[in-house]
Amino acid sequence: MENKIKFVQGNEACVEGALYAGLDFFAGYPITPSTEIAEILSARLPQKGGKFIQMEDEIASMCAIIGASLTGKKVLTATSGPGFSLMQESLGYAIMTEIPSIIVNVQRGGPSTGIPTHVSQGDVNQTRWGTHGDHAIITMTASNHPDIFLVTVDAFNIAETYRTPVVLLFDEVVGHMREKLIIPEPGKIPLVERLRTSVRDGTDYHPYLAREDGRLPMSDFGGVHRYNVTGLAHDMWGFPTDTPKVAHGLLRHLVDKIENNVNKIARYKEFYLEDADQILISYGASARSALHVVENLRKKNQKIGLLELQTLWPFPSAIVREKCLKAKYIVVVEMNMGQIRTSVQNAVEHPERVFLANRIDGVMINPTDIKNILRLIKGQGV
Amino acid sequence: MAVKDFIRERFFPHLWCPGCGHGIVMNNMIRAIEKLGVSKNDIVMVSGIGCSSRITGYLDFHTLHTIHGRALAFATGVKMSRPELNVIIPMGDGDALSIGGNHFIHAARRNIDITAIVMNNRIYGMTGGQYSPLSGFGINATTAPYTSIDNDFDVVKLSIAAGASFVARTTTYHVKQMADIIAQAILHKGFSVVEIMSQCPTYFGRKNKQGNAVEMINSYRINTTPKGSKAKKENPSLIERGIFIQEERAEYCKEYDKIIQRATKGNK
Amino acid sequence: MAKQKLKEHRINREWCKGCEICVEFCPKNVLAIDKQGKVVALRPEDCIICKMCEQRCPDLAIEIITE
Repeated sequence: MENKIKFVQGNEACVEGALYAGLDFFAGYPITPSTEIAEILSARLPQKGGKFIQMEDEIASMCAIIGASLTGKKVLTATSGPGFSLMQESLGYAIMTEIPSIIVNVQRGGPSTGIPTHVSQGDVNQTRWGTHGDHAIITMTASNHPDIFLVTVDAFNIAETYRTPVVLLFDEVVGHMREKLIIPEPGKIPLVERLRTSVRDGTDYHPYLAREDGRLPMSDFGGVHRYNVTGLAHDMWGFPTDTPKVAHGLLRHLVDKIENNVNKIARYKEFYLEDADQILISYGASARSALHVVENLRKKNQKIGLLELQTLWPFPSAIVREKCLKAKYIVVVEMNMGQIRTSVQNAVEHPERVFLANRIDGVMINPTDIKNILRLIKGQGV
Repeated sequence: MAVKDFIRERFFPHLWCPGCGHGIVMNNMIRAIEKLGVSKNDIVMVSGIGCSSRITGYLDFHTLHTIHGRALAFATGVKMSRPELNVIIPMGDGDALSIGGNHFIHAARRNIDITAIVMNNRIYGMTGGQYSPLSGFGINATTAPYTSIDNDFDVVKLSIAAGASFVARTTTYHVKQMADIIAQAILHKGFSVVEIMSQCPTYFGRKNKQGNAVEMINSYRINTTPKGSKAKKENPSLIERGIFIQEERAEYCKEYDKIIQRATKGNK
Repeated sequence: MAKQKLKEHRINREWCKGCEICVEFCPKNVLAIDKQGKVVALRPEDCIICKMCEQRCPDLAIEIITE
């Protein structure tokens, strides 16, 4: 019996979450700072009869997991910015063909090769719009290991529920940092399994005809239903079409199934928000420093709180707006040039009250950085 | 079963031009599968993008029409997850060896039990006649108005060097041989490559004054010879047909089963 | 094996694109292209049932039916 209490890296917490969720298949390519995920899974997956393959590049890795998912498997790949850039086309394919799949991006400094071993949150908007064409996407993140575990399990559940890829957007700090992780007993967290069609052999199965509840039951490749899957605009049988009405319906479906469920998909944590008139909004490693600031300033009787986002896309605008109604000012804490700040500005009633506390030098943003911004906003100087 | 039992009739007539070799390949791919008596439910056909890749839409198997060049990567995921299925990849020359060249050599290196059918018409047909990595030096194409200065790959030599354990070449003239070779390639346990010289009368033929479909097919009759023939010794410019390598070697999925055995033993 | 006897050349005129491959490679000159640009069996009595027309047709448009 394995120890259920572990002292691990964030990347390993992600592996534990994936295995807990029922991961069967991993394909990946080594890249800092995500490589531990591949290394650990190369040992762990075959122990449970699962499959691991190191592909020739990240493009192939993403393609391979889509192929495996079609046979009914729960699948994962893990990478960092440069590899994630390579995956964009096939990520779009998974969106278009509605194939559940999980992509971990442990962010590092960019653009290009950037700073491989240092932290950044520069890929936030890339996850939103990296692949071409109108689409919706789900992106989740976390700031500590228990949460990495939980959002990873959640990502698998959401991927199955909405038949979509889900991006787990971590960063170098949470990926490599070590802290305690308690793995819940099996069965404690409910798992969403593949929704398979009840249509019997010999009856017409429509792989792309949504049920009344919007879900699309699948049939495993190799099973009794032979159908077509294509990245071309397709009809309910999965065959290519350029009929305007069908193309319109497909795109609306792909976007609506996610955008109409923003609040259901949204995961967030709030700290001291009830009476807060100063609100920090943060996510991932940055949220650790933000929480530290909040707890410190609360001791000095400042009415400050933290909204920690765990679902970045679809952006939970209504939730952010509601939480920020009483705020005199809002400071978005992130390690980029303000990628979530823009979404916050679009969401809140008073965009002029939104400020940015950031770092873009590969160094973890620390509480002093945030406090300095707070002092500036209040006209107290630094 | 008849040929018609393997197709999705409602999509016919197909989109290929009159006299296109790809239809002949599809025709004989069906005959090979019919001869083998494999259940349609046990066949997964994965393709990329291009004229040839449209085959998947027409055939009544589990069909996966993916993105340009990546069919073998998708197929690797399918095959590893369900090794008992027959995984067949119809691919064009650009799809297989330009954008997909890396996946091609790595699938060959792993010797994963997948059948790659390279339908070589030496041109990008879907986009209107640009030169491909199999066009060769001196060829006219819409992107080679002064003729191509790119050398071509020899698919057979490349596949053998990369580690494929079954490698063959045939043409759309030699249809009996084609059906027979495809059947053997599917049966082979390992990565198999079948290069089929396939005419594109619309672009390659017209641009290079090779005549219509009939004349192009006839050129395959004249310009090819069975592997190791006397004719080849007398005329080295002839292109050889036949099976060039057929070896039983460690297959990737079988080897992974051994990894699982080792891993589970270590676990207990 | 008993010798096969020809019943008909079943031609799917909807699918035939008139590429002439079957016509040109027929060893007995059985087939021809008609005014509408589709294949017809002009001299079925000469057919030796080699089925090469069937196997070389890119359009799956011709089938040799035997008795």
